[in-house]
Amino acid sequence: MAVNKRPTSPHLQVYRLPLTGIISITHRMTGVFLSGGLVLFVCIVAALAAGPEAFDSLQNVLKWWPIRVLYWGFVYALFFHLCHGIRHLIWDAGRGFDRDNMNSYALVELLGSLALTFITIIFV
Amino acid sequence: MDYRAPIAKARGLGSAKSGTHHWWMQRVTAVSLIPLSFWLVTFLNLTFTASYQQIVAWLSSPINSIAMITWVLMVFYHAALGLQVVIEDYVAASGVKIVTVWLVNLTMLVLAVTALLGVFRITLLG
Repeated sequence: MAVNKRPTSPHLQVYRLPLTGIISITHRMTGVFLSGGLVLFVCIVAALAAGPEAFDSLQNVLKWWPIRVLYWGFVYALFFHLCHGIRHLIWDAGRGFDRDNMNSYALVELLGSLALTFITIIFV
Repeated sequence: MDYRAPIAKARGLGSAKSGTHHWWMQRVTAVSLIPLSFWLVTFLNLTFTASYQQIVAWLSSPINSIAMITWVLMVFYHAALGLQVVIEDYVAASGVKIVTVWLVNLTMLVLAVTALLGVFRITLLG
């Protein structure tokens, strides 16, 4: 497709995104990040399938603290994507489009996904 | 005088073709992934803390293996659908777009098959 050189109207970069806008793009970014995490999931399953020795050497890598940090980031991204996904399902049902609802649910999503991450750390 | 009904003239035209199928399957997989995520998080936590034998025992219990296999089918489908939308939104050149979507779909398929084979091997031979 040829790139159009004509002047365009102001686009995303000149606006300060509202909280709902930031959450919307974060949903997409967490989706891509989680898809990358699927590769690591396949690595874990492959190591388990290869037998105890292969799994033990993988588990030694998992004990490394940056991997732990990455893992908790993955869990938070998962719960955030899940919470915002539920909101998308509510929107699909035709509900929750008024401004107050949008803003309050944005906070519920952020706090809910944090709470779910901490519950996972503590109980699971 | 034209005897053809409007529907006959419209049929076969337009770009939608498969209609809302992509959108709908994204939702179907999303709903099924809500409960199944519980099994993923449990499994991942076990891989950090439990021994090889404990994990194999956990994965071999029928409810856990059924849940994990269903999760694999749903999550790779969901990821392929989602990544396709992202590519379609940000890649302008249509040739690059088509090839990238193919590659992503193929990668997701290979990953899903690898994961399923792995789970079968662990549960049947582990």
